[in-house]
Amino acid sequence: MNPRFKPGDAVTVRRAYPPGHLRTPHYIRGHHGIVERVCGSFANPEELAFGRNGLPALPLYRVRFTQRQVWPDYAGADGDTVDIEIYEHWLERV
Amino acid sequence: MHEDHPHDHAPDHDGPLSDYQLMEIAVRELLLEKRILTADEIRRAVEAMDARSPALGARVVARAWTDPAFKSRLLANGTAACEELGIEMAATKLVVVESTPEVHNLVVCTLCSCYPRMLLGLPPDWYKSRAYRARAVREPRAVLREFGTELPDGVTVRVHDSTADMRYLVLPLRPAGTEGWSEERLAGLVTRDSMVGVSVPAAA
Repeated sequence: MNPRFKPGDAVTVRRAYPPGHLRTPHYIRGHHGIVERVCGSFANPEELAFGRNGLPALPLYRVRFTQRQVWPDYAGADGDTVDIEIYEHWLERV
Repeated sequence: MHEDHPHDHAPDHDGPLSDYQLMEIAVRELLLEKRILTADEIRRAVEAMDARSPALGARVVARAWTDPAFKSRLLANGTAACEELGIEMAATKLVVVESTPEVHNLVVCTLCSCYPRMLLGLPPDWYKSRAYRARAVREPRAVLREFGTELPDGVTVRVHDSTADMRYLVLPLRPAGTEGWSEERLAGLVTRDSMVGVSVPAAA
């Protein structure tokens, strides 16, 4: 699959809570971030966890979030960030 | 303590096996019984795992500190650059994040315990603890202080949550006062914790 997003794109993490084996941490769902890099394409872990082949491989991104936005009472500096690896089907364009 | 047996024994901790331990034994015995693996192959794999230590990562860091061209290759493609040094990377996709006077990097896996084992060996227990995994993203500066790491004002903290297929190594800032040091001597300063980002190397 060709990646839908490129570095610098503004994205939102889907606010969804399906059952199963998920690699998108709860704490980041619903938040906005900026694509830091495209990591390549990887078999879908949500499928692999159930013994399926996880194909087609999905683009995986590193997305950078501002800590202040993720945790409203964040005690660090304004510029602090958290980078998280997120598969394409969890991301929407802002 | 008995008179003719005058030393203490450490208590055994051989409690009942956990579900995961039982599962591991069951799977291992099946793999042997079905001749998919031999006991010797399993032993060799465990031995190879145990042989990996942070000394591998330290070599990579010291090379990057002394060879700017290597450093650029390392930041562009961590896996390929480590393979250049003869380090076996298997399927590991390595991302190297560089700390600078302005940016400090910290690595965590909030979901489990993903760790660059090919370069650092097995993760320490604290890295796998729920406390570290939850707090490293929520209050990284407090966690750093508990590890004795005080960052100067104005330094940005960048946390990397290792949630999927990448593995992370921090390239720490080369300590002041190490000008002209050999690669080997520099490698001696690079600790496991500094490559996870909970501490910074210092020239003692």
